[in-house]
Order: sequence, then structure tokens, then C-alpha cells
Amino acid sequence: MIVNILMSLVAVVVLGAIAFAGGSVPGLQMVFGIWIPYAAAVIFLLGFIWRIFKWAKSPVPFRIPTTCGQQKSLSWIKHNSIDNPTTTKGVILRMFFEIVTFRSLFRNTKSRVIGDRVSYEWEIWLWLAALAFHYSFLTVVIRHMRLFLEPVPACIGIIETLDSFFQVGLPVVFASGLVLLGAALYLFARRVLIPQVKYISMIADYFPLFLIIGIAGTGLYMRYFLRVDIHAIKQLTMGLVTLKATVPPANVSPMLYAHLFLVSALLIYFPFSKLMHMGGVFLSPTRNLANNSRIKRHINPWNPDLEFVTYEKYENEFREKMIEAGLPVEKES
Amino acid sequence: MNEKIKIIAGVAIFAVIFTCPLWINMGKAKEAPVPVLAEKAKAAKACILPKDEMRAKHMKILDGWRNSVVRDGQRIHMVKDADGKEKEYEMSLSNTCLGCHTNKAEFCDKCHSYASVNPYCWDCHVDPNAKKEASL
Repeated sequence: MIVNILMSLVAVVVLGAIAFAGGSVPGLQMVFGIWIPYAAAVIFLLGFIWRIFKWAKSPVPFRIPTTCGQQKSLSWIKHNSIDNPTTTKGVILRMFFEIVTFRSLFRNTKSRVIGDRVSYEWEIWLWLAALAFHYSFLTVVIRHMRLFLEPVPACIGIIETLDSFFQVGLPVVFASGLVLLGAALYLFARRVLIPQVKYISMIADYFPLFLIIGIAGTGLYMRYFLRVDIHAIKQLTMGLVTLKATVPPANVSPMLYAHLFLVSALLIYFPFSKLMHMGGVFLSPTRNLANNSRIKRHINPWNPDLEFVTYEKYENEFREKMIEAGLPVEKES
Repeated sequence: MNEKIKIIAGVAIFAVIFTCPLWINMGKAKEAPVPVLAEKAKAAKACILPKDEMRAKHMKILDGWRNSVVRDGQRIHMVKDADGKEKEYEMSLSNTCLGCHTNKAEFCDKCHSYASVNPYCWDCHVDPNAKKEASL
């Protein structure tokens, strides 16, 4: 178990160190600043599309929604139309709330043995940390668009203003960055401190967590402690998105390359890992199918097209053989 | 098939969103703006710190100045210049900084708006030079 944590941690530290060292060498800045980010973006996009099409090809012949509420039944039994939807509208609502508010995590419970009985209680912290993590990550990604768009759209300025609402320090503190790091650290602590969760945690669970902690850590460090030259960095990022990339001046801290390389590693790792739940949540048949098996007949789409044979026809064909074998028949001849 | 259309639409939306900086910036490639030094700043030759350090630290210095002036009433910033002589600067954004850098739009705002940095200095302070122009 501890090996999983150590190996993931070492992998992330080594990745960061390679890029930090590479970014300090003038000739390699091209590799870490331009080529690897481009390669990562291409692998991410193509890998993501490949994974979605791979999933889309898997057969889903039957309705297999998980039902989390009362099925549609008699008129006097109250139907739960979101947690047990029978219509497309219900499914859309269910998917919307699943994607936006993580309803299935909200139902998380914890079981304990109290005395001689098993007791279950509602456990809200995973849901809260997941919400904090995903929404702060989204905010951070949107805020980074200021480096990729020129002129910077007003909506990004509005998000920055809201994010820096408390006006702490200069450069002003963005709440989302701190929440992202805090939530990722909580999610890691949870894996280590809850024995059952620790038992089922693999490298594939720790590695992305450490990657994101590394990305958030290097980002915060650059913004608040190194105060890197954002003007020079924007020249690099704008060069990347206008396909005229140039290496930024040498006085930009190598920490930038560590940050950029960890982001590239995350993008490359993304399509081949559990992080694909970003696309997969839309395709989960336990959520996106209506539970209407009792209303509508669903026929397996790849059933072979066979001729329907009645018993009368069958007996006509085999009557003589059946009589010979002593089997009872309905008509003697 | 119905599902095929939905999948292709979803993947297309994702691809467009992911690559949107490419489309939005297409044909709009511009050189990064360079801050322009005002005549007075050029004549003064030296700021309170060398250029590179000013670039990285000016926000910290201004934040420190604000706390020093507002909380402690301490308004004097001492600097040793190249000859080792001590020089006094008044801690004042509008008078000291903008006294030399008389062109806020060309000096401050150029990089700030390029990097979408919106310092809240101007919630309280005014640009004295802009005010002069406005009253004329």
C-alpha cells in the first residue's frame, strides 16, 4: 500500500525535476516549452476521442439504469421522476444533476460496527471535497484562458474579480487556487487515513492526485512567491495557440517548465486513466437510460431475423418421426 | 442510428471547446505590447530598484508601501544608489511613481491589460496626469 504512494510520489517528483532541469538548459527550453505541450495537446484530444468511440461501440442491449427512487407504478404511488426516470426529459434532468452536483456521491454512506450491530451513516465530506475540487479546478482552467486569448474577454476578468473577492495581498490571492490545492490534499489524506479506502487505493489513484497537487503547488509558488514574468509567459502561450511558438526569454524561471510539463503529463495520462470519467459520465448506461422496461418492449438490436415457427408447423414437419419414436402428437396424420 | 449522432455531436462540441483558443486567435496574431518609458522617467535613469527586480517586485513594494503609510504613518522609502549614497523617496503611487512615469496608459496599463491583471490601485488612487487632461 505504502509502495503505491511512494511510487506515485517519486514519479511526479521525477517528472517535475526533469522539466525543471531541462528548463534551465537553453537548448531544451524548446522541447519543454513548445514540443511537449503540443504533443500533449494532440495526444489528449485524439486519445479522448478514441476512448469515447471505443466506449460508444460497446453494446448496451438492455436497460440497466441504477434506480435510486420509486419506479413509476400505480397512480397513487408517488413516482420519483429524476432518480428513476421513465422519459427522456427525466433522464436529461438526472444527467444534469449528476454532472453538475454529483448526486451519486451525495448518497455516500459510511458503515461502522456499533456494539453488535452494523450501522450506516451519511458521509458528506467526500461529496463536499469533490465539489470543491472540481469547481475550483474548472475556475482555474477558465482563468488560465487569459494566457491563451488576446484581447482577454471581459468574462474572464469578471471571473478573476469574483475569485479575488477578498483582495488579499498583491499579486491578489485567487481563492480557487488555494481551494484546489486544499481539496486535492484532503482527497489524498482521505485515501491514506481511512483504512478501507487505503486498501483499495492503487497507483492509478495516487498518481493523478500527486500530479494535480504538483500542478497546483508549482502554479501557486510561481504566482505568489517567485512572481514570474507573466508578460513573457503570455508571449510563450500566445505563440503556442497562434502556431508561431517562440521560446520565452532566459530569465523566466525553470519552475514554469516544471508546471508546464506536469500539465502536459496530466493531458497525456488523461485519456488512458480514470480521469476519463470526464467523458465517461455522459456514457454511463446506469445513469443515461430511462427505466421504462415495463412500459416499452426493448428488443436486442442484434437478434437474428428468424422465421417464427408455430407448433402446428413443427408437428407437420416431424409427425412421422415423432410417431416412430412414440411421442404424443395432436393430429395422427 | 440515434446514438451515433449524439456521440458525434458530443465529441465535436468537446473538440471545438478544447481547441477554441486556436479558432479565436486565428489571424489575430499580434506582437506583445512593450511598455513605453516617459521622458521624465528616461531622464531620471534609475528607479528605486533595477529594472528586472522592479518587474518582479513592484506589486509587493506597492503593497508594502500602502501598509506602511496607512498603518504606521511611515512615508519615507530609503534607497542606496550606485554610489552608495542614500536617497529618499516618498511612498506615494500618484506622486512618486506617476511623477516620473507620467504615462499610465502606455506604461502600467499596457502589460496589465495584456496579462489581464486588474490591480485595484485605481479604486482609490487617481492618475494625476489623466485628471489634468480631463479638466482642460
